[in-house]
Amino acid sequence: MLQKLTQWSRLKSPWILHLNTGACNACDIEVVAALTPRFDVERFGILLEGTPRHADVIICTGPATRQMKDRLIRVYEQTPDPKFVMAVGACAMSGCVYRGAYNIIGGIDQLIPVDVYVPGCPIRPDALIEGVVKLLDKIKKGTK
Amino acid sequence: MSFEIPIGPQHPALKEPVGVRVTVDGEIIREADLRLGYNHRGVEKLAEQKTWIQNIYLMERICGICSHSHATCYVQGVEKLMEIEPPKRGLYIRILVSELERVHSHLLWLGVAGHEAGFDSFFMYVWRDREIVMDILETISGNRVHYAINTIGGVRRDLNELQIKHILESLEVLRQRSAYYQKLGTTEPSFVARLAGVGYLSKEDAIALCAVGPTLRASGVPMDVRKDDPYAVYDEVPFEVCTADTCDVLGRTVVRIKELMQSYNIIEYLLKNLPAGPIAVRPPRKAKPNEVVSRYEAPRGENIHYIKSNGSDKPERLKVRAPTLANYAATIKMLKNGFIADVPLIFAAIDPCICCAERSVAIVDARSQKETVVTMSSLGQLSLKNTNYKARKREAEWPL
Repeated sequence: MLQKLTQWSRLKSPWILHLNTGACNACDIEVVAALTPRFDVERFGILLEGTPRHADVIICTGPATRQMKDRLIRVYEQTPDPKFVMAVGACAMSGCVYRGAYNIIGGIDQLIPVDVYVPGCPIRPDALIEGVVKLLDKIKKGTK
Repeated sequence: MSFEIPIGPQHPALKEPVGVRVTVDGEIIREADLRLGYNHRGVEKLAEQKTWIQNIYLMERICGICSHSHATCYVQGVEKLMEIEPPKRGLYIRILVSELERVHSHLLWLGVAGHEAGFDSFFMYVWRDREIVMDILETISGNRVHYAINTIGGVRRDLNELQIKHILESLEVLRQRSAYYQKLGTTEPSFVARLAGVGYLSKEDAIALCAVGPTLRASGVPMDVRKDDPYAVYDEVPFEVCTADTCDVLGRTVVRIKELMQSYNIIEYLLKNLPAGPIAVRPPRKAKPNEVVSRYEAPRGENIHYIKSNGSDKPERLKVRAPTLANYAATIKMLKNGFIADVPLIFAAIDPCICCAERSVAIVDARSQKETVVTMSSLGQLSLKNTNYKARKREAEWPL
């Protein structure tokens, strides 16, 4: 019973933390655009949170830079379980155009486990919403 | 008794990773220090490995908000190196997109300023109307953010009558909305009370600290590359340089709203006087050995690209000086003797674009004169040490 209740609340209010690990800002403004009236993800209970301790889902934009490496891992560890990670944009998936640069480690999945990848350079807000819906499906089915 | 408070790199007030270390005495900031480098990707080094055409796409991805600024600045420089002249219609479309970008960037900033001032409905209003500009940009270029409209020797997509009609219609809506924001942003008592007097930067300081863009213009200095050193077709387009003399965040808001109005006029002029003809010329594959400095007025201020060619199909050196970098020194000045609660507002007021500013380690020199321990300097050493580091090598350790 309690498990069902937590599952239900988890599905209805995935709070997100937006973390820029070295992105070019394009994905970031699209993530913010997804929160504003045209796309309005708040109707799915998605709320942007300021601190990792309140968040369920970490939305990572950008390739992991060497300087952000430790911070990224720390933010991941600060997030309470169960936690989910979305790699948003081509950079977070693989490094995109920055691949091969000396200060880039690569995609986010080189450092922390990723649940959902959202492709695009940059992503459209619609794609982000679809990504979140897919993540919710995944939680529902209990594959995670 | 003074405390040191670290803010960032991950902080709710900052959309991008940057660290500010402020020393406070009670509520008042005595010392501020920026910690940078979280967004350093090494774009300048990467640019040396890519061809002239490939670099356009890399330059766009320096920054998502001012992507057209960097691409145009770069393309203008390369056109000078290759000694080619883009056709008039191409230049008109290029400038049209750059003005649309200015509109979207200023609207974005207005929203963020509203958000930081605690006026969230203003934020939502502005961002809703920003979608109109995004739609226009999407009809012109096919993309919402990285437009990829520039190519060496012109632009990649032409405009048709239907698109022009659509843009002019949308422009009317934007004009009305902006007039409303102007009224709201400058007369709404609580909003004005929050912004007025915050982040004071006198005219002398603004000049001495080399501030650029709306930050400089809000301190009463009418400086704009579009007027001072007209590139592309700005010498034939009528517009005014907007200034304010309040020298605070309110002034920066007013300047940006005024610039929005100017941009609408420029866009209308460009569309009504669009010349016929081709949109691009075919560029050569290589550029002769030479060097060039290209200037461009980005939404945040003056953007400079220095490009050196060595006769091959790749640049030998590409140096970018983004406007945010020029505004850092002024930000420190603005933060000092302010309240700690004003940090996000002051920081947002320069419209920081961390990703723009962080490709170079040049800031090490500027900062290390004052500071002995700077995060950026260790980064500089790291990057030198690791020039032969291969990013594809999967050596990252699993943290769990």
